Amino acid sequence: MRRRARRLPRPGCPGSGEGAAAMSKKRLQQLVESLSRSAKHFNRGEVECLIRLFDTLVSASHSRFAVAGFDRNVFRDTLHRAFGMTDDVVMDRVFRTFDRNNDNCISVVEWVEGLSVFLRGTLEERIKYCFEVYDLNGDGYISREEMFQMLKNSLLKQPSEEDPDEGIKDLVDIALKKMDYDHDGKLSFADFEEAVKNENLLLEAFGPCLPDVKCHQLHCHSSGRDRAVWHLKGGPSRKSVNCNSKWNTALRMLHHSSEDIRNKSNTKQLIS
Amino acid sequence: MWAPSHAQFLTAASTLQEEPLVLNAERWPAGTERCPPVRQAKTMGAALARAAQWTAAGSGTGTLEITPLNESLLNQIVKFAEDFSTRHPQEAAFVFREPLEWKTQLGCSAFGEGYEIDEATVQSEAKDEDGQPLLLLTASNLKVRNFDQLSHLLQIAVEKKLKEAQACLEANRDPIVKILGPEYGTVEGEDTSMLRLLEKMKDDDDPQTEMKMKIAILLHQLDIQLLNSSLKHISQDVRLNPAAVNNEVNLLKNFSGKGEDTVLESLEYTSDYTFSNGCRAPPWRQVHGEICYLIIKPHDTDPLCITCSTAGVFLNGGEIKGKDEIDYERKSDVYKDIVTFLRERSPKFVENMAKQEFTFFKEPTYEKDDQHVEAVAKVSGQSPNLDDNTEKNVYEKKRSSAEKSRSTDKKILEPSMKWKNIGLSAAHSDKAAREKEQRRRSTVSGKKKKKVSVISSESVKIQPALQCKTSDVFEEVSESSSETDEDEEQPVRHQEGGTDLPSEYWGIQKLSKYLRGGNPTATVIALCAMRDFNLAQETCQLAIRDIGCLEVLINLLDTEEIKCQIGSLKILKEISQNTLIRHAIADLEGLQIMVKILDSPDTDLKCLAAETIANVARFKRARRTVRHYGGIKRLVGLLDCMSVRSTGLTPYQEKDTEKARCGALALWSCSKSTKNKEAIRKAGGIPLLAKWLKSSHVDILTPVVGILQECASEPSYRLAIRTEGMIENLVKNLSSEHEELQTHCASAIFKCAEDKETRDLVRQHGGLQPLSALLGNSENKRLLAAVTGAIWKCAISEENVSKFREYKVTEALVGLLTDQPEEVLVNIVGALGECCQEPVNRSIIRKCGGIPPLVKLLTGTNQALLVNVTKAVGACATEPENMMIIDRLDGVRLLWSLLKNPNPDVQANAAWAICPCIENAKDAGEMVRSFVGGLELIVNLLKSKNKEVLASVCAAITNIAKDEENLAVITDHGVVPLLSKLVNTNNDKLRHHLAEAISHCCMWGNNRVTFGENKAVAPLVHYLKSNDPLVHRATAQALYQLSEDPSNCITMHENGVVKLLLAMVGSTDETLQEAAAGCIANIRRLALATEKAKYG
Repeated sequence: MRRRARRLPRPGCPGSGEGAAAMSKKRLQQLVESLSRSAKHFNRGEVECLIRLFDTLVSASHSRFAVAGFDRNVFRDTLHRAFGMTDDVVMDRVFRTFDRNNDNCISVVEWVEGLSVFLRGTLEERIKYCFEVYDLNGDGYISREEMFQMLKNSLLKQPSEEDPDEGIKDLVDIALKKMDYDHDGKLSFADFEEAVKNENLLLEAFGPCLPDVKCHQLHCHSSGRDRAVWHLKGGPSRKSVNCNSKWNTALRMLHHSSEDIRNKSNTKQLIS
Repeated sequence: MWAPSHAQFLTAASTLQEEPLVLNAERWPAGTERCPPVRQAKTMGAALARAAQWTAAGSGTGTLEITPLNESLLNQIVKFAEDFSTRHPQEAAFVFREPLEWKTQLGCSAFGEGYEIDEATVQSEAKDEDGQPLLLLTASNLKVRNFDQLSHLLQIAVEKKLKEAQACLEANRDPIVKILGPEYGTVEGEDTSMLRLLEKMKDDDDPQTEMKMKIAILLHQLDIQLLNSSLKHISQDVRLNPAAVNNEVNLLKNFSGKGEDTVLESLEYTSDYTFSNGCRAPPWRQVHGEICYLIIKPHDTDPLCITCSTAGVFLNGGEIKGKDEIDYERKSDVYKDIVTFLRERSPKFVENMAKQEFTFFKEPTYEKDDQHVEAVAKVSGQSPNLDDNTEKNVYEKKRSSAEKSRSTDKKILEPSMKWKNIGLSAAHSDKAAREKEQRRRSTVSGKKKKKVSVISSESVKIQPALQCKTSDVFEEVSESSSETDEDEEQPVRHQEGGTDLPSEYWGIQKLSKYLRGGNPTATVIALCAMRDFNLAQETCQLAIRDIGCLEVLINLLDTEEIKCQIGSLKILKEISQNTLIRHAIADLEGLQIMVKILDSPDTDLKCLAAETIANVARFKRARRTVRHYGGIKRLVGLLDCMSVRSTGLTPYQEKDTEKARCGALALWSCSKSTKNKEAIRKAGGIPLLAKWLKSSHVDILTPVVGILQECASEPSYRLAIRTEGMIENLVKNLSSEHEELQTHCASAIFKCAEDKETRDLVRQHGGLQPLSALLGNSENKRLLAAVTGAIWKCAISEENVSKFREYKVTEALVGLLTDQPEEVLVNIVGALGECCQEPVNRSIIRKCGGIPPLVKLLTGTNQALLVNVTKAVGACATEPENMMIIDRLDGVRLLWSLLKNPNPDVQANAAWAICPCIENAKDAGEMVRSFVGGLELIVNLLKSKNKEVLASVCAAITNIAKDEENLAVITDHGVVPLLSKLVNTNNDKLRHHLAEAISHCCMWGNNRVTFGENKAVAPLVHYLKSNDPLVHRATAQALYQLSEDPSNCITMHENGVVKLLLAMVGSTDETLQEAAAGCIANIRRLALATEKAKYG
């Protein structure tokens, strides 16, 4: 909420023009300035790159929402390609979480700020984010039904089982027993927060909604923040027509490098 | 009515036990239990199966044995019968169909009011309708005709109650028929007696029948009560099986043989033939539950012939002479296993068992962390695993593992669990067990193909195991001495521990369903939920294993899902506290996967894997696996870090520290194998350890120092610890607040201080003061052991001794001499021995009253302790005042008797200690003579092969020979030829003392000539070429003595002694000068005399 208040100049919204080409330099600078303050996990260079990337994607998508930003499909496509997300329910919810003003369209500001949490959020931010994703109807609680909805595909079909739903219901009970600290039969944010703080593994308890660590393993050794930015800026693969694969990689790197960078900078401080 | 229930009970029991109970069932037909005593017999027949509390082998009239179970049943029956008349007066008046008749021990005099006594006969005043007395005693024959009289009788009998009940039971095997009539004694397969009774009651209104019905119901209640209580008894009963017996026998065999130290002389099966079920008893005896027979020869009693049966171990009648048969009759109480039996029978066994325990674990005493306590406990309990002891023998291994799998697989031999359940919920639990078995099979074969099936393909499993064993044989042998099989005990015996399935079992099983059939999300939820169980509890740990969850958890490690891996490792980390789980994880090849995980980029994951490895790698095979799969290198990699700072850690550094801590923990566990120590060194671990040693965080310091103290057994590490400057940090951490850390530091110093430079470093870094201060903490015995050890080794340097004197260490040590465990005492006494280098300390010991406890310790049996005590006492004896006390306490006699100790180190130190005793005692000659056989004993020690013993004995003989009378005695015992035999040696120490002994022995009779005849002279001459001045002096004196005999002079001269001696004359040592000159003079004189004789 606090961030929303600060997010003042909202150039990505109505009347922000026809994408990057049309965006004036000054305006871009302004945007970068404000975003690098509100999305505190990115530095200016990164913000700038993300804005560029946003523009590229939007113009490439040929969607009728192109002017305003991503629509649901483009966003889902992006999530799927960059982070290997598959669950429709969850991806829908991720879209909703990014789309703060509920206009079914993700603006550049929502994009950068969303990614800030999505890629580099602190534990608290991520808990909040995950809870919002899992709270399907947005009533502030994750109810039994919502859990059932999210977990319904989580068991392999076993021919021996008479009622396949039975197993899911049991699983929901197990999850509730584990996480429902105030025993009211549903998960409040406080419940969820406490459960995750006690056991980090429960952060994505009802389905993956954050970038998966394992798909970054391949890049970790060679990648760094600079490299990611370089990719975002276009880098050597400018020739490549398929810019998607390029920025997919870049996004992943941005995520993965976060930890490395933090560590390295600390080390640098330490050494100096 | 109750009969069929018993019959079922019997059949159930017999099928489960696989050993038919037909005999019992036949002998005690199931319808005969209206009378309580008989029911007891039957109950026992059923309950104890062939553990037959009736003397089993006998035919004809059996007698009831006195066992706790029988006794408690009898008591219940007596109570029932006694109260019968008051509780059910009407029923009590019912007259039996036939009287119960038995031989009583009660005399007429016992009967009083209500009885007509007429000489030897007693009649009750109460009569039945026909005027027959209800109780009739003629001679000792007693007839009782109703419960009323029975109750009275029992009240009269008072203390003999039980005996009477027993006699009644033994004499009336069909009392039910006697009481109610023969129709109640029949069984017709189905329980109809009660129904018939009911029908009869309906048909005729005979009050008699109704009465019978009531009695029947009452007895039925008692019946059930008895069954329940006996069931409780039985379920507590330890039931042996062939595998367990075989294990125990093999274990004992390892410690048996000729010689003083073994626990037994021998232990043999009576039969070499083993039946397919593992039993050795002939089939007709297996029917009685007997497994095998053993002939045991203890050191101190006659051979014992024992029977091992499922009910326990007991003495039988022994072999029948002339026949190849055994008298199977039970002759002793039943013990739960062979060791317990022997503990009762042979004091020598107990004593040597205690010794064995120590020698077996002597090494690890100082070298291990907390696990060794556990290990010792395991061994001193019964039946530890012998599997690894016999590992060298591949065939034996194969056989025993085959046996193991057989016993687990087919469950023939382990009826206990099912048996226990039968009474509670037979059908239910049986089904559960079957389900469990099936499930286990399906997981093994289904979930993952690459895993070798554990259960179903036993033959396949054994083959590869065998091959890898053979290739490892050499390595096994070369493994370090510090490595122990601390928890290599095998799971077999534990297996069927629980009686019924605990609730956790079902909870975990439910969760395991999601682990198997869920996607990562469901798996993570299930993993988190599983952590809510108390995983530190053995029930849960074993439930996880038994359900087959362990395989799934390990399979999860092999996936790409980091969250599943983390969740699984968190559980594995907890449950691997359990030995059985550790073995299971190793068997399922979990270590290989965990080692692979150490390469993961995720720090949390790496840490968890390392911590789990730390838990699992507590036994040899696991440690080897870690090394073979490159785990050591990776673990050392975890120690790598940017820099170690003690304060103000950034989160990143914290992570680094945590990573290093986990790595160090794992390395600590691994470092108990010599090869792993080497591997750690090769992987560059030492500089990293040195780096972390500078840290100030206890969490990381403890494992790091733990590794160092473990590895300090290797000279390469000791050198590195010294040269990398680690002593300084070790010393610094002696002042830590954490006792465990202090302990490891002290113990590292203990091991390192074998080297002189290290001792000096400890002093230079001010380590002696904290060490001395730690003596004040005498509560923590492990700490005390390490600290006293470190003091001991440091005190080898004289400079350190004087420092210690400043800190009043001697006083503190003397104060600690009482009430300490042996490993502490060894070190304390060792330290005192070293401190005695300074004369001041010797008198301090006396003044603090340290001599009496020291002398008292001479009576101990611990070899390591004796070595140190003899040394300390010897050092004390150099002061005449101390000697007076030692003499008064008869210390010299104790020292002398230690010459009989089999350990050469003890012999040598005892002989060394005797020297100053003789020197300083008043009337030493008289004292020595007073030891009967003492002189012969010490002379015979000259036949020893140990150089140190020989040198010390020579020194003692030197002192003994100072007394002429004693010299005469030892000459008679042949000291001269024995000494002469030793002369051809290169050992300078021995040469020195030997030469001295020879020179002193020359003083008697014609010993000089005898030495010459035994060719001792020529080699002595060559001693003069040695580099040791002490040898020169002693030799010159000996030669001087020998030169009194002309023929010796000739021999010496021939061997060129003169030239050598002439050089000695120029020595600065006056004694040497004098002796050399004297010798030359003798030779010269002889030459002159000869010349004179020749030329007149």
